[in-house]
Formats: sequence, structure tokens, C-alpha cells
Amino acid sequence: MGELNRRNFLKTLGVVGATVSGIPANKLLAQSKTELSEDRMGVLVDTTVCIGCRRCEWACKSAHDIEAGNLESYSDESVFDKMRRPGNDGYTAVNRYENIQNPNKPINVKVQCMHCDRPACVSACIVGAFSKKENGSVVWDGSKCIGCRYCMVACPFQVPTFEYDKAIQPNINKCDFCFGRTSEGLLPACVEICPVEALTYGRRRHLVEVAEKRMELYPDRYINKIYGFTEVGGTSWMYLASKNFEELDFPKLGDKPAPGVSESIQHGIFAYFVPPIALYALLGGIMWISKNKDSKVEGKE
Amino acid sequence: MEHEFQPAQIKHKYFTPWVIVISLIAATGLVFVAMRYLFGLGAVTNLTQFFPWGIWIGLDVAAGVALAAGGFTTAALGHIWHRDKYEVLVRPALLTAMLGYTFVALGVVTDIGRWYYIWHPLIMWNGNSALFEVGMCVMIYLSVLYIEFLPILTERFIGRVNLPGILSAFNKVIDSLLRLLDRTLNKFMFVFIIAGVVLSCLHQSSLGTLMIIAGAKMHPLWQTPVLPLLFLLSAFSVGFPMVIMESISASKSFRLKPEKDVLTSLSRFVGPILGVYLAAKIGDMFIRETFVYLTELNLASIMFTIEIVVGVVIPLRMFLSSSVRQSTTGLYIASMLVILGVVLNRFNNFVIAYNPPYTETSYFPSIGEISVTLGFVALEILLYRAFVMIFPIISLPVKSALKKTKYAIKGV
Repeated sequence: MGELNRRNFLKTLGVVGATVSGIPANKLLAQSKTELSEDRMGVLVDTTVCIGCRRCEWACKSAHDIEAGNLESYSDESVFDKMRRPGNDGYTAVNRYENIQNPNKPINVKVQCMHCDRPACVSACIVGAFSKKENGSVVWDGSKCIGCRYCMVACPFQVPTFEYDKAIQPNINKCDFCFGRTSEGLLPACVEICPVEALTYGRRRHLVEVAEKRMELYPDRYINKIYGFTEVGGTSWMYLASKNFEELDFPKLGDKPAPGVSESIQHGIFAYFVPPIALYALLGGIMWISKNKDSKVEGKE
Repeated sequence: MEHEFQPAQIKHKYFTPWVIVISLIAATGLVFVAMRYLFGLGAVTNLTQFFPWGIWIGLDVAAGVALAAGGFTTAALGHIWHRDKYEVLVRPALLTAMLGYTFVALGVVTDIGRWYYIWHPLIMWNGNSALFEVGMCVMIYLSVLYIEFLPILTERFIGRVNLPGILSAFNKVIDSLLRLLDRTLNKFMFVFIIAGVVLSCLHQSSLGTLMIIAGAKMHPLWQTPVLPLLFLLSAFSVGFPMVIMESISASKSFRLKPEKDVLTSLSRFVGPILGVYLAAKIGDMFIRETFVYLTELNLASIMFTIEIVVGVVIPLRMFLSSSVRQSTTGLYIASMLVILGVVLNRFNNFVIAYNPPYTETSYFPSIGEISVTLGFVALEILLYRAFVMIFPIISLPVKSALKKTKYAIKGV
């Protein structure tokens, strides 16, 4: 009973403390358990289908007002000599890997933001400039960003990039899953242009079924794994491949969401503001007691 | 015979050959700071899309915050535990913390891409972000430090307001305002002193939470869920060594007698705190079985070993020896080693341990980055020197110890 009362008291104290400091308690307690929509969208990338035409790169640039050049220049295959990453000049890049079973048919892998279900960037961002939208997109809000680049430290896929050459208003750039286009009912630019349907756009839960079906129907074509199904808590973009994903430069990641540990520590330290307030009270007590002791000693002298 | 100590302005020539050298380092740093603001981060730093944080975060911010720990540890000892003996150290430590945090803030402003949006976290909140918490705590704590410094300001100017020319008409008004400020502060200072300690504990530990989200990108020798605890313990352990180092340095520079008795008894605390830190660090290593990484010979294992052996084990042994604690040189060296160890720890956590995928190159700071970091340290030293000459910070022995001056905080 006494214990219960004490607990209640502490809880009240915490809420009072939070109210006094003007911080809505639920805002700070809200772990990023923002309800994920059942109907969130995703893309299934079938690397066994991709032909490496890089039209998606061109479409991505065109859709995001980046200088794209003419489409013909994209058939130049010498770019595959070096591994490329998404960057400020294009939010997606296709890399080519050799195929040992069938040397004539190399493996092409399109890379872009994975649009995590539990995104590290959303959790890390000091001002909450990143958000996970209902349709699955992870979007950056340029009006909030202060350019601290913590998102780049946090991202397990090393996707966001920063405009180091700009002295004023440098941006963080990454694939936004064509949030503007999809809001208007259009397909993401890369999905729309893909000539071989290597990219399938749809509800994430349907895409998982599609992927499982393909693996079941063509067990020789695929290894038995959907990359992105469980990685860091699941991602909106998922991949099928004919060989081990690590050989295709996918990072080996666990199933736990990237922000899990840091968020529980954060919320542990700040649970209802009790720990800081308790520490304050404790130190206040020590100060009071030692002050009194002090004056007693002085009084004796 | 017991000496009575009282804070006083130091009377000394400001410029000496060393001060001129330090000024040149500061000036060089400022040139690169200007270049960063004019041409952007890319023009001055070696940062890349893979290494977004360099020494400006690892040293200027992370190590800067840790080394300013002398402020809150001394305030806790002197004002919360009321160990009056250490009163003489509180003001110098407060000044260091105030300057230290000011330069942490300047470091952050210089490092972030959109420095003019530094105020955004005040109104755009993300309670999930460790960085948000660090940012808020540092902002509030910096204000608390300025408030804690105000009594020194009022003490310096009450009864001595002497404005030139026409402005002298305001002398009386300003004087009475200062007196009012002094009285009010006296009553409420304890609120700020406790707040300062709480805020410090919070963000010193949250600074450790920062890199946890980098997950597997961080070397397992450093990546651990107890990082916040390790950061807090190392901040505790570097607090007093910083105060000791500064006190001895200032004494040398101004040709004063070091407050050796006080420093010797303060140094008794360092060994046990360092011991707890070492135990936590080693314990964590054994629980996670990361010692296997020490058998590989690479940059990470070498840096980790130096950090632990030179920065923790050796100074721990030194601080436990009473002959070291009795000797000024011994205290100085041992304190420097602890400081080096903590700086190395922050550098290792933020720079060495961070191993991003998709890049073969590694990060090494540019001349510009190093110049700015050194320049900020140099500026801090120059400001410290100026402050102790303008304000009563450093305690000097008073010959006629008739009047007993107490600087305990009233109103508690």
C-alpha cells in the first residue's frame, strides 16, 4: 500500500515536473512507436530482372530537378567499373556485380534510401526534420534541418548525403520515395520508367507475398531471403537476389530497429522526468544537511 | 599558521612570449573559421559523405564538454557537500567551465551546416534524439554557468562603477542595480548550483548515448549500451584533474605559490573515481567479451590500449601514491594523463571507432580543422588569462587574516 502510494506520488511528481517545465509528458515519452500503416507502400527490387539500363537514375534526377543529361548517355557501361553511391547529384545509383553462374548476365543492384519502418534518421534528428509518412516514405523537411549531419552518422545504410560545398543553406539529400509524385497518385519516377519491371510498387504486405511466391516458383533463380523484410525492423524497399546479399554490398544487419537501444536509454534517463528531479532533490538534501552540519561545527568553535 | 585566502584580481603583464605564440595560434584558427563561414564546410574540412563528423565534434564538442567537468564536480564538492576548504578552487573551475562551454557552443555553430538555425531545437523538439537532449542541456547549462558567474561580476563592480564622461551620471543607478542583483542572486543561487550539477550529469551521459545509434558502424571495443555510464564516470574522473592542472598552470604562469595543500587533498578523490571508471570499462569489456578484438593488431586496438593504459591505469596508480600526491610535478603529470585519457576516449568514440560502410578511405582531419580546434583552445587560454586579471577569480593569501571572508552560498 505504502509502496503504491509512493509510486503514485512519484508519478504525479514526474507529471508535475514535466508540466512545470512546459514539456508535454506524452511528447517525450512517445517512443517512435508511431503506428505504421498496414497499407504503407513499398518497392520490391528483383535484382535478377534488372538489366542495368540506369534509366531509373535518369528519371530520379529529372523528377528532383537535378541536371540529368540526355537519356542516351546512360547506356555508357564504363560507370560500372567503380561502385557508386546515391549522392547529392542523384538519389539512386545502379551498381554491377559479376555473375559466376552466368557471366553474360551480370547482377545489377539499384541502391537508394531503404525507407526503414523504424528509421534511425527519424529517431536521431535533433529537430525532427525527418518523418516516416503514412505511405511508408521517409521524408526530410528542409525548413527544420540545422545541418548537423547526425542522420548520416545514424543511418545503417549510409544513405543521406550533405552539400559540403554550400556555405549557405546546404541540404541533406536522399531518396524521398517520390513523396510529391505519389501524393498526386503518380508512381515513383524510377518505378515508372523501369522497362523490365525489375521494380514492383505496391503495398508492402503484398510485396512480401509476391516475393515469397517468386522464391517458391523459381527456387533456382533466388536465394531464399528477402533483404529488407526483417533488417533493422523491416524496410519499405525490399530485394530479391540470386546470390548472398553481402556479396552485393548490402550491410549485414540484425532484426532490431536501429534506434531501439538509444531510445530506451533516452527514455530511461527521462522517464516521467523522475530521475533528473530525484537527483535534484537528493543533491538539495545533501546541500541542506551538510550546510547544517557546517553551522553546528562552527557554533561549537 | 593558517592562511586566509581571498579571490583577487591577478596583477601581471598580459603579454609574454608564450602568450604571443598562443595569440598567433588563435589568429590562425580564426582565419580558418572565417573561411568555413564564407566558403562552406567542404572548403575547410576533410569530412565526406561517409565521415560526417570529425574532430570538431569529437574534440571541440565531446572532449570540450568532458574537460569542462571541473566546473560541476568542484561546485558539487564546494557548494553541495560544503567542503569549504575547496572554496578557493570553485571560481577558477567555474571560469573554465563557462569558457569551455562557450567554446563548445561555438564549435557546434561552426560545425553545423546551417549555423543560423542553431535556435531550431528550442522550438522543434524530438524527445527521441540523444542529440536533442545534449543540445538542450548544454544550452540551459551554459545559461546557468553565466548566472553562476554573475556574483563575481557584482563583487568586482559594486562600489567601483566608474563610467567615463557624461555616462558617470549613471554610476549610482548602475551601482544600486548591481546591489539589487547581488542580493537577489544570493537568495536563489542554490537553485542554479544544484541545477548545474543535474544538467551536467544528464548531458555528460547523453553525450555517450549519441554514438549508440550508429550501431554496427561503431567498433565493438567502444560500442556498448553502457556508453552513457562510461561517459559520466569519465567526466567525474577528469573534473578534479582539470582543476589541478589549471591551478598549477596558472600558478606557474603568474609566479604564484600553488595551493598545494588543497590540491593534494583534492587529489585523494581522483584515484577512487578513476578506479570505478576503470572497473566499469573493464567489466563491460568482459561481459561483452570484446577483449578478443585486442588480439588483432590495428588502429582500433592500439588506440584502445593507449586510452586505457596511459589514460587510466598509469594515472590511477599515480593518484593512489601519496608521494605523487605530495609533489606538484607528480600531480601535474598524473592530471595531464587523465586529461589525455579522456580526450583520447572521446576522440576514439567519435572518430576512431566510427567505421562507415562503402568507403575505402578513412578520415584524417585537415590543416583547417586542426587549426580551428587548436585556435579555440588558444582563445580559451587567452580569455582565461584576461578574466583572472579583470575579475577576482584566483584566491591569493591575505596577510592580515582579521576579517573572515566566507564565500559560501548564502540563502541555503
